[in-house]
Amino acid sequence: MNAVLVRIFRLAQKEFLALLRDKKSRMVLIVPPLVQLVVFSYAATFDLNHISYAVWNEDPGEYSRQLLSRFSGSPNFHLVGEIRSEQEVKSLIDNRKVLLVLHLRSTFSRDLARGVPGSLEAILDGRQSNTAMILLGYVQTIVQGYNTLFISLHGLTPLAAPISIRAWYNPNLESRWFIVPGIVGLLTLVVSLLVTALSVAREREDGTFDQLLVTPLRPGEIIIGKIIPGFVIGFLESTVIVIVAIFLFHIPLRGSIPALYLGIFLFTLSALGVGLMISSIASTQQQGLLGAFLFLVPSIILSGFATPIANMPSYIQYLTLINPLRYFLVILREVFLQGAGVSILLPEYAALAVIGLLSLLLAGHFFRKRMG
Amino acid sequence: MIRRDPSVFSQKFVRIRALVIKESLQIIRDPSSLAIAILLPVILLLIFGYGVSLDARHVPIAVVQDIRTPASEEFVAGVRHSPWFVPTSYPDIHSAIDALKRQDVDGILWLREDFGRSINSFRSHGVHVIVNGVDDNTARLLEGYLTNTWANWLELRNLRGRQVSFVPITLEAHIWFNPESRSRDFLVPGLIAVIMTLIGALLTSMIIAREWERGTLESLFSTPVTIGEILVSKFVPYFILGMMGMGISVIMGHYLFDVPVRGTLGVLLLTSALFLTTALGMGLVISTVSKNQFVAGQIAIIFTFLPAFILSGFIFDIHSMPLFIRVITHIIPASYFVTILQSVFLAGDIPGVILPNSAALLLFSVFLFILLMRISRKRIL
Repeated sequence: MNAVLVRIFRLAQKEFLALLRDKKSRMVLIVPPLVQLVVFSYAATFDLNHISYAVWNEDPGEYSRQLLSRFSGSPNFHLVGEIRSEQEVKSLIDNRKVLLVLHLRSTFSRDLARGVPGSLEAILDGRQSNTAMILLGYVQTIVQGYNTLFISLHGLTPLAAPISIRAWYNPNLESRWFIVPGIVGLLTLVVSLLVTALSVAREREDGTFDQLLVTPLRPGEIIIGKIIPGFVIGFLESTVIVIVAIFLFHIPLRGSIPALYLGIFLFTLSALGVGLMISSIASTQQQGLLGAFLFLVPSIILSGFATPIANMPSYIQYLTLINPLRYFLVILREVFLQGAGVSILLPEYAALAVIGLLSLLLAGHFFRKRMG
Repeated sequence: MIRRDPSVFSQKFVRIRALVIKESLQIIRDPSSLAIAILLPVILLLIFGYGVSLDARHVPIAVVQDIRTPASEEFVAGVRHSPWFVPTSYPDIHSAIDALKRQDVDGILWLREDFGRSINSFRSHGVHVIVNGVDDNTARLLEGYLTNTWANWLELRNLRGRQVSFVPITLEAHIWFNPESRSRDFLVPGLIAVIMTLIGALLTSMIIAREWERGTLESLFSTPVTIGEILVSKFVPYFILGMMGMGISVIMGHYLFDVPVRGTLGVLLLTSALFLTTALGMGLVISTVSKNQFVAGQIAIIFTFLPAFILSGFIFDIHSMPLFIRVITHIIPASYFVTILQSVFLAGDIPGVILPNSAALLLFSVFLFILLMRISRKRIL
């Protein structure tokens, strides 16, 4: 038993050296993930804050000015200019100078004074349809606010009650609260793949893998030796990333730390397992890289990181069941925002453990197959 | 001026041709390059195209009615018939909250006892909605859908003359280029840009590093071949492969996912060629700088996909990012290509969008190839 431990320890030591000896490799493993955490966390948001818009106001009356001042007064809206014709609308929107044009016809104030509803025409750039939909929501909110004021000022029959809405877990609906825990998952996955996906393929190309196979090390021991550095690096980086998420981005950590770390442990296990499996199937590093991307890209897209799994067609939803990142994101978001503990997350832990063990077994199988 | 013997050029041509043939043979021998150019876009577009959608439909919600009146039943029936929700009735608010906590439902529609009064009085709060705010985008959509359903129902009541209430300003929205707001229409062009970034980097990031590792590049240097010729020969076959991948992506986007192509094919081809040149150039720089495949692979994984995914404007709008992040997006070539593709697909050939962004891509590719010549020369010495 002791000899086994010594062998594994030596192999892990060698793997550490192989990873960290090269200065560039050392840099790649440590600096970019942390820089990316900060950059992506600031970048990835569905909230709109610099909405450039133009106004086409044909109405000389005061109501249009009142309404428009609500837009120019909003910190999210940025007035680019006033225009006077339909051609200008087209040129501004086509060339992406503005996202939104507000058009008020000449009868706007006159209609309102007569008790006829005035119409606000909003023209939006739909090339980014999600932005357009969110923006439309903002415009609606401003119009509703003005309507309420107008009615109370003019003593009209009040409108029906608006729906009162409360959002749990994320009361201000901040994108960042949703995205940053996801980025923790993304970067942990990338780091795990960086460590493992090319490692066996490189040894194959160099011929050192054959040497490894003639040592007393058994495939199981090789696997353990190869994933230990990944564990150490993955754990350290996840910890740093979690700390940055909490203290720089003020994401509340409401759940238990053991629940979080059990998740990190099992996810790292499964990500390293998949990485090692890719690496043991590939016969060249080029193939290993291809495999890494063929796994990385779909697993991020189909994880629910940016687009909800519930929106996917059902057969794609089934496909996501084999995606470890999917479970890890559930764990991260539930622990961070919903205050989950270990017991509620048992199904996710179990799924990660199964994926981890299966992929490691397969990796071992491919080692052996190549031997024979 | 020194007059050159025309045979110098023909020799140059012969050398480049020989190198291109050698490179092409290598591509054919290791099928992974072909897989990258042809299989990768097909698989990724299938997964992306079907899997990625920001349009929440059939959102499971809980409905709790503290009071049942004809009016409330009518409103709930409206919710039931909407394509946005899959409502389930719960007997009381506590069981509904439990369902929200278990994530069986994404929101709760709660009609309280003063529902009847809500129709006439602005101040009563008879209709409550609780949404799970973790996924802010879905939560916001759900809010919007429910608010609209409520407003539409009230309007319908008004039309039937049971109630008269005056709405001062009505909003008339026109969403250009994508009137139905299908998120797939804007996501697919962006996806193609992301996929092309991957293809470009994957194809070339390893090839020079591999030759360094094996020492074959050194043997090439001892022949009359110049660095420029080596780079050209590394570029041409992969460029052809990459354009094949691009063609497949556009065909799939248009015919499989029904994304309109409103611009002309010529503009699409030209801008794609420009972007592919940049993407391949990036791969070649990665390959030359790292000198070994392991590091080249690591750099390719970390510097290509995630930045193209998050910082290109493919899914997160660049205008909403803080200033320093917007500055960073300017060094991501994919951000220019995403802008071009979204316009060419959905809006048409708009010179005001295409020209500046193409100029940026051209600048990038020129810069990358000058950089490449420089560092390659330094490496040899």
